[in-house]
Amino acid sequence: MWIELKSIHKHYGNVRANNGVSFKVNEGSIHAVIGENGAGKSTLMKVLSGYTSRTSGEILVDGEPVYFKSPEDATKIGIGMLYQDPMDFPQLTVLENFMLGQIKGFRNSEKKFKEKLKKYTDELEFDLSPNAQLKTLTIGERQQLEIIRLLSLGAKVIILDEPTTGISVEQKDKLFAALKRLVKEGKSVILVSHKIEDVEILCDKITVLKQGCVTGEMEKPFDLEKALMMMFETESKTPVRSKIVPGKKHIEMKNVSVSGGRTGLHNCDVTVRRNEIIGLAGLEGSGQGVFLRCATGLLKPYSGSVSLNGKNMTGKNILSYQKENTVFLPTNRLEEGLIPGLTIKEHYSLRQKSRSLFVDGAKASSDSKENISKYNIKGDPRTLVESLSGGNQQRLLLSFIPDDAELLLLENPTRGLDIGSANWVWELLQDFSKDNNSTIIFTSPEIDEILMIADRVLVFFDGKIIKDVKTDDTNLDEIGSAIAGKV
Amino acid sequence: MTIIKEENTTISLLKDISLTALFVFIFTTLIITISGAPPFEAYENIIRGAFGSYSKFGQVIKVWIPLTLCSCGLLYTFKINLWNIGIEGQMIMGAVFGMAAFKYIPGTCPAALTILIAFIAGLTGGAIWALFAGFLKTFGGVNEIFAGLGMNFVAQSIILWLIFGPWKREGIASMSGTEQLSEPLWLSTFTKMRISPTAIVLTVASILITAFILKYTKVGLGLKAIGSNMQSAFMYKLKPTSYMLLAMIFAGGFAGLAGTMQVTGVYHRLIPTISSNYGYLALFVVMLANYNVWAAPLVALFFACLNVGSIQLPMVLQIDSSLSGVIQGALVLATLGVQSFKTMKKKRREYNNSNGRV
Repeated sequence: MWIELKSIHKHYGNVRANNGVSFKVNEGSIHAVIGENGAGKSTLMKVLSGYTSRTSGEILVDGEPVYFKSPEDATKIGIGMLYQDPMDFPQLTVLENFMLGQIKGFRNSEKKFKEKLKKYTDELEFDLSPNAQLKTLTIGERQQLEIIRLLSLGAKVIILDEPTTGISVEQKDKLFAALKRLVKEGKSVILVSHKIEDVEILCDKITVLKQGCVTGEMEKPFDLEKALMMMFETESKTPVRSKIVPGKKHIEMKNVSVSGGRTGLHNCDVTVRRNEIIGLAGLEGSGQGVFLRCATGLLKPYSGSVSLNGKNMTGKNILSYQKENTVFLPTNRLEEGLIPGLTIKEHYSLRQKSRSLFVDGAKASSDSKENISKYNIKGDPRTLVESLSGGNQQRLLLSFIPDDAELLLLENPTRGLDIGSANWVWELLQDFSKDNNSTIIFTSPEIDEILMIADRVLVFFDGKIIKDVKTDDTNLDEIGSAIAGKV
Repeated sequence: MTIIKEENTTISLLKDISLTALFVFIFTTLIITISGAPPFEAYENIIRGAFGSYSKFGQVIKVWIPLTLCSCGLLYTFKINLWNIGIEGQMIMGAVFGMAAFKYIPGTCPAALTILIAFIAGLTGGAIWALFAGFLKTFGGVNEIFAGLGMNFVAQSIILWLIFGPWKREGIASMSGTEQLSEPLWLSTFTKMRISPTAIVLTVASILITAFILKYTKVGLGLKAIGSNMQSAFMYKLKPTSYMLLAMIFAGGFAGLAGTMQVTGVYHRLIPTISSNYGYLALFVVMLANYNVWAAPLVALFFACLNVGSIQLPMVLQIDSSLSGVIQGALVLATLGVQSFKTMKKKRREYNNSNGRV
């Protein structure tokens, strides 16, 4: 099955997410769609998988024009999409999730589906136990299940949106091997990614998107430098780790255990000194998030003690932590950071420090304008935050870091930012840390980012810190296997 | 490229309103016809019942006042996403506290001062009652709807106990209520319409204060922020618990004021049905006004007209006066219906604009 996109437009109000995109995906090939954030990759894939409607343009499948109103329509035709965040039911088992959407009629034999599931897992060399509850699985395993489910529903073209974010090295190898096997059977794969090294080893053809338009196409062998040029306007400067001298004890956790998240946090013993920049590595939900929330007072430990600047903070609430100039920026921007329904200006109004009962509208306006231009947020003071793109929401959140912040707890601070913006953010944060003598603790799903920025790495596995090492004394492979639980 | 032209909002609003009105009209006409009365005569009676004379319109205003005060209070709780169904009980307790002030302040105190103290007492009573529900919600984890409903029953029991027990009339205890207040303690009224200028001034002031607080102060913005997303409150150093309790205090305070107003301005004593379900009705008012502070008094006025206008229906046409309730209920349902129909239509239009077909 081959697919051709002809002049696809997708407009959200005045924003043209896709502005006349055309390209062809051949049968039996792995096709990469690359581009910086906000280039329109995800939107295009959502259009192709029936998740959103297109404004205009044509989609041809084997030369026939197709129309879909929903993802089910697309699945019927044979196009299946794997989303960035798996859309499944964590409370159900692997088998139950597999069965959902496939069952017909009243009575369904579990045995039949169990066999079907086994056939696929054997074929693709995936390791999935049918009776395991989904919430105990890693993101990588959930991905595997979703691929099998799509195949079983008859997908001939599988779209993957950033599939290698947050999965281990082994899982990535497994995934790539499986994709190559599928392609040999005549299926097609569309890979959306900003990781050029993944694309290089896996794909047959590349389409580059920039600002909603196709700016280039490339067949194997790829000229990667040229591809990067097509993605970005200018080459951005890669940040360099800044040389620091650790100061006095800043935050100290002694034998801390906290419940929360998927794994909780168990017997955590860490001392962080002033000026340190610490990267927390680990698969998503291995305890890093709980660690940050505990270090900012959002979660209270049930045993152990936490102290800040030598003061005992155990059991204190977040406001006491904030008084010690602790700042936490969560990764779930719209759930825990911003307030949907409020404008950018209203967010700055809420953050006004004055004790006055009244909102200082003029100051809020000037604050918004100043930060919008400083942080390059695409929006104006009256824009509702939920209508900002993910990257712009992230910039807005970063602009909330107060000038007197001493301990910055950042959960995946470059999430949704392209490489250029991410580098810019790190430069900003490094300067901030230098000028204010502040400490930064951050998480990231990318080991590269951690090794590039942090001068000390803590690796989390199943709610425990299993490795605590200076960046100079370690390397990518060592951290990679620690993430998978091997120390 | 296709551009979806946005409809003019005023025109679309008018369209919505007329569509809703049409639905309600058809529905109630059907109901009246089924109950065997001539529908148009019934409508005429309602209009004449509400506007037929100065004193009738005065009655309308008398209903409008507590309805608007309760609506003002509910605007705060709705803003922070609390369903303060306990507003009924808060109004009752306002009346009880107000009455207590009248009862226990010695007659030597100047009447104006007594009335002022009674208002403050009523406001406090309503606020305390609301705080009970608020504490149950914030510290006890009890949903405010259940807490509020429970407190309503308790308030109703307290008022009955007072009327038939400690505060009963000399000699007889009866549903008609306690002893009347002495005349100086009544709110003075205009002669023709028999409505009190003090009550009107207080109500208008309540609307203005509410509008101001919600729109221009940090309290209003904080309520809106927490109501929209409580999880993010910590980023802005807002305490959800304090704001919830504050919203409850506002709601209870306004309801309590309404309760005291019923005592000194309307019934001049405490009666078992002092709240007349105005609290519950105000929930409808605020929803129908789409939580808009300026629309709420207008909707309240319309509801008041219906309530007063339908009083004479049983006498003239032998149909129950609860017809007003039918109309009010149908209105709320129709409004919600029209809104969801619009969302559906918008979605369908997006589909038709997609897939290359225009």
